[in-house]
Amino acid sequence: MRPVRFNINAKTANIADAIGAPPPGFAGEGFFTSKMSDVVGLARANSMWPLPFATSCCGIEFMATMASHYDLARFGAERVGFSPRQCDLLMVMGTIAKKMGPVLRQVYLQMAEPRWVMAVGACASSGGIFDTYSVLQGIDQVIPVDVYVPGCPPRPEAIIDGFMRIQDLVGQESIRRRNGEQYKALLNSYGIE
Amino acid sequence: MAITNSYIQEKLIEKFGEGVANFGEPYGMLTFEAQKDLNLKILQFLYNEPTLQFQFMTDLTAVHYPNQVGRELAVVYHLHNLVENVRIRFKVFTDINTPDIFTATKLFEAANWMERETYDFFGINFVGHPNLKRVLNVDEMDYFPLRKEFPLEDQTRIDKDDEMFGRG
Repeated sequence: MRPVRFNINAKTANIADAIGAPPPGFAGEGFFTSKMSDVVGLARANSMWPLPFATSCCGIEFMATMASHYDLARFGAERVGFSPRQCDLLMVMGTIAKKMGPVLRQVYLQMAEPRWVMAVGACASSGGIFDTYSVLQGIDQVIPVDVYVPGCPPRPEAIIDGFMRIQDLVGQESIRRRNGEQYKALLNSYGIE
Repeated sequence: MAITNSYIQEKLIEKFGEGVANFGEPYGMLTFEAQKDLNLKILQFLYNEPTLQFQFMTDLTAVHYPNQVGRELAVVYHLHNLVENVRIRFKVFTDINTPDIFTATKLFEAANWMERETYDFFGINFVGHPNLKRVLNVDEMDYFPLRKEFPLEDQTRIDKDDEMFGRG
């Protein structure tokens, strides 16, 4: 049984992260030196290519998020790719039926490293209201998930917040995450590689 | 000439006698029960009889009645006469231990997937069906989910903790 966790220590977002503060380094007139990994992380975090895997109403919220009013392009996610080979971020939005599980897993496997996964909405995160024999009870049963966005469906603000949490991960974790022992163990627990 | 429910009932009793029973008209739609061996003969008769011409199969499904011992599963046929715009419905009952029903695929192409769906959810064995396998659920599923003895909820779910709902 999973322990009950209540969100009593809500983390407030740091606006400075969102506006892209420069990494620590040495600046002079006309030049700036920093760590390669920080620069690569900064570049990756602000040029994500999302792959929308939208199956139901959360996908409609995602469309609003991409459109001019909320405009995910402000976060460098201008280019929504529809080929898993090109994309870095798999956004799973909507109910995943058990029959869809292997398809979703195949899409994840087709993505190249580095790759991240965001589960948008209650259904993708936990099965949501569909506690039934035909629905996958959370996509984390078939693929590893980096960020969960709660809501049924979440508002575009929530999706943007989830995207910013992904940017935190992308910008701050090791740029060679795929070689880490912990990451390899995680993938092995899903039977990948 | 519009055909009436009583006329259809007359024709069926004239042809099948004891084989059809329990006629009723819920919401104006003629409904009856038939012996399960007669299902194809009745479909064929309703199809070919020049004054009836029920040549369109609207629906084919099943119902599980766990309390009716010996006749737990009912297979339901909905037929439509497109010329006269008249619909009828009939049911055949079968024991859950021997859920064998003759397939209607030879008569109605539409029955193919509907019988697969009925097999998928209720485990009705349609004798003579060309491709009787699951159509909607995952192939690995090892039970028939709409039979009443199986709980609706997914039994692998682990986060439905009573404490979450204030019942801890």
